[in-house]
Amino acid sequence: MTIDWPAFTPGSALIGGLLIGFAAAFLVLSIGRIAGISGILGNLLPGAPAGRPGSGGERGWRLAFVLGLLAAPGLAAVSAVPMPPVETLVDWPWLVAAGLLVGLGTRIGSGCTSGHGVCGIARGSLRGLIATLTFMAFGIATVFVLEHLLRVPA
Amino acid sequence: MKAIAAFLCGLTLGVGLIVSQMTNPAKVIGFLDITGRWDPSLGVVMGSALLVAAAGFAWVERRGRPMLSGDLALPPRWPVDGRLLGGAALFGVGWGIGGFCPGPALVATAGLSIDAAIFTAAMLFGMAVANRLVEGASAARRAFSREPSDSAQ
Repeated sequence: MTIDWPAFTPGSALIGGLLIGFAAAFLVLSIGRIAGISGILGNLLPGAPAGRPGSGGERGWRLAFVLGLLAAPGLAAVSAVPMPPVETLVDWPWLVAAGLLVGLGTRIGSGCTSGHGVCGIARGSLRGLIATLTFMAFGIATVFVLEHLLRVPA
Repeated sequence: MKAIAAFLCGLTLGVGLIVSQMTNPAKVIGFLDITGRWDPSLGVVMGSALLVAAAGFAWVERRGRPMLSGDLALPPRWPVDGRLLGGAALFGVGWGIGGFCPGPALVATAGLSIDAAIFTAAMLFGMAVANRLVEGASAARRAFSREPSDSAQ
């Protein structure tokens, strides 16, 4: 393992991470909900399970949360925060496959990086911890295969 | 009131993803590429997020209820089952291919990235399909099980 020092951005990672943690803490302290993006988004989509805790009354805050996320680049644009580039390493058919897998996997596995990785681990959930270790391990293995065994062209 | 709090949380989380550059898939792939040139930034993001989030969860659990609404709706911490592991594995493979997870994909789409929009469209479709699969499976389990407690949580 060699650390890519020029790419490593500990300062902005620290500040951004604190903001993400603050958002998760603020949501649960204010309205008692987990800031898990796949859960919030997936439960707004067709076919979402009915009968979850007050699913009727849950739509409003979920929609507002997603709108907040979508407004973030606009806020960044009018403030001093530059939007970083979005550099993908694969062609669009791979992005479609990746999107399908992420959509299916996060709903089947009941969470993503925010719900399991941040909120789950932060509240000592074994499900959150094991899910995070699992998707990290599969992510690492996938990048190893694509970047070092197959070398998918950009 | 609840909607305003949720909007501000989404906004703060989105700005956090932008500041930490997690909306750039190349940064995420750089973290997952531990055998190549490794970029530890995502680890720092998660670590610092966890510190603050853990304090928030400890506070609200001691308090017993949140400040703006009556109920605290937290998912079960246990058990680890095949559905959790299988879903996380599928997610990990997709994350490794594209370098996007759901939050950064939404934020980068709102930042007018075509690649992020393509990924997000496929992700939303995948989520809707999974909604039906999971509901179908639990309905079938309910039908074949004498114990209605199976899907109670």
